[in-house]
Amino acid sequence: MRALCWFGKEDVRVEAVPDPQILNPRDAIVKITTTAICGSDLHLYDGVIPTMEKGDILGHEFMGEIVEVGKEVHNLKVGDRVVVPFTIACGNCFFCKKGLWASCDNSNPNAWMLEKLYGYSGSGLFGYSHMMGGYAGGQAEFARVPFADIGPVKVPDGLADEQVLFLSDIFPTGYQAAENANIAAGDTVAIWGCGPVGQFAIQSAWMLGAGRVIAIDRVPERLELAATKGKAEIINSDTENVVEKLRSMTGGRGPDSCIDCVGMESTGHTPDALYDKVKMAMKLETDRPTALREVITACRKGGTVSIPGVYGGLLDKFPMGAAFGKGLIFKMGQTNMHNYLKPLMDRIEKGEIDPSFVITHRLGLEDAPAAYKTFRDKQDGCIKVVLKPHEVTA
Amino acid sequence: MAENTQSLVAMFDKIWPGESNPDEVNVGDYERIGSVVTGAVFFTYGLARKGLLAKILAPVGGYLLQRGLRGTCAIYQAFQINTARQGGNAKATVHANRAIKVKRAVTINKPVSELYSFWRNFENLPSIMDHLEAVTVKDKDHSHWVAKGPAGTKVEWDAEIFREKENEVIAWKSVEGSSVPNAGTVQFTDLGQERGTEVLVELDYEPPAGVIGAAFAKLFGEEPNIQVQEDLRHFKQKMEAGELPTTTGQPSARES
Repeated sequence: MRALCWFGKEDVRVEAVPDPQILNPRDAIVKITTTAICGSDLHLYDGVIPTMEKGDILGHEFMGEIVEVGKEVHNLKVGDRVVVPFTIACGNCFFCKKGLWASCDNSNPNAWMLEKLYGYSGSGLFGYSHMMGGYAGGQAEFARVPFADIGPVKVPDGLADEQVLFLSDIFPTGYQAAENANIAAGDTVAIWGCGPVGQFAIQSAWMLGAGRVIAIDRVPERLELAATKGKAEIINSDTENVVEKLRSMTGGRGPDSCIDCVGMESTGHTPDALYDKVKMAMKLETDRPTALREVITACRKGGTVSIPGVYGGLLDKFPMGAAFGKGLIFKMGQTNMHNYLKPLMDRIEKGEIDPSFVITHRLGLEDAPAAYKTFRDKQDGCIKVVLKPHEVTA
Repeated sequence: MAENTQSLVAMFDKIWPGESNPDEVNVGDYERIGSVVTGAVFFTYGLARKGLLAKILAPVGGYLLQRGLRGTCAIYQAFQINTARQGGNAKATVHANRAIKVKRAVTINKPVSELYSFWRNFENLPSIMDHLEAVTVKDKDHSHWVAKGPAGTKVEWDAEIFREKENEVIAWKSVEGSSVPNAGTVQFTDLGQERGTEVLVELDYEPPAGVIGAAFAKLFGEEPNIQVQEDLRHFKQKMEAGELPTTTGQPSARES
């Protein structure tokens, strides 16, 4: 089959690789009809996530048709249309039973690697480095899905791929971010980053009862989408002092909840942003928490900081004093996907939301290497790229 | 085999001039033979050649040669290591002073009885323990174990259960004269309140090639604590998830 493979920083290629096989009784093989490039894939593209190996297949947002099931998968059959969550979970361990699916004890074959870095390992992920399990990803024609009896969710007839594809990651991730933000009815929620996760965090904040949603970014078309589709008030961080602006917009109190949808590679024009860029280039720092510092400074006293943006390692100049001094609440982490697929699928089916509004680019798999660059550089109005692995593009 | 070893070692005792005090012997028989052979090779090479390597090898060879012939090692003495002493330990045939001790625990979200009965059927263990090739149960208390040794070798031993309490503890030891003397216990504790079962393994064993063997094992990433930790992880995965997660055999662009 053809698959998008990682070869190094800014080097991804479509290669011919063997087809995936059933390796375990709870596996299934999915013929991928639609897949997407995630903002977190750009961290791999930029080479800032350790334990990648040349030849790894990328991609963790995918859906398709079941073509083979292992002998312990009884709830799916060949021909079923499914969307696959990006976190891999066994469903039976202490953490899965508590709904903490992204902390599954049993799905990362390389758990010892993360244990060395983090103390304990989270779940395995598709296409996201060997410390996260080293599972081949879904920017390919086919993928093997472990624990397929637990993860994939069947798509009701009548819903198009593009309406449900983002249940694989970004819609639940935005939703969990809003849930983690402890939104009470009427609260003001500020959201940093208007990429796809930010857009879904905006939508979800409204669903959970926010009174106001303020969206922050520096890319005009993303701010525009936040304003038009998301009905959010917007702040352009390129032209305005975000903390001051938020203070004045909230009568001097600050937002009740702040959501960092930016993560480890944020940018900015402040002195600390330059400092991070230099330190990261010199490999003295793994993550650039420019946005997160702003989030912590802007948040009201006793407010909640929710972090769906990905962080991988060690942060410099983390304003712990401000976080402590204001008594902030922090919630963060990979999305416990399995909690959200079905309820959010229901919302889509009822017509409450059509997640396809974030898509700007529809391409074939062969176009993926160029699309990574376009997406990373935020060229051509790129917000979300979906790929059709089995369709030949002109 | 053991007789040959003993007669060879007895010959060493005669070759080394002067009185030898049996109490001072602190190097085991197999190690003495190894020391003599390696020492002889190094010593001869060192004397026959020129250059830095030869200059180093000659005295090292000389030291190993006398260490093997005398059966005493100054380095072992300094670290209070003894690989020669026999018997004495009540627990089993494992010598406390050269045994490697491992203690690891894991919490598994399954009832005690299920975990106990899986473990008690020792023939199940190779499916969760990478270093085991096979276990054959001979009768209620006796079994034969085949494990992968360092550098592609195989080690085998017979084990017997010397203490057992259903759903609580299994204690075993290798029978007298095993090449890898070992003893261990596995304890199962219900943590209550649906918190699962704690499985605690304590294992003492003598590595195949003395203390140095463990040092080599460490170099190859087979450090015993990590090995046992991975074994327990696999046990948990097998019991909770029904399978061990793997990526072996999946596609990548690395295949030729």
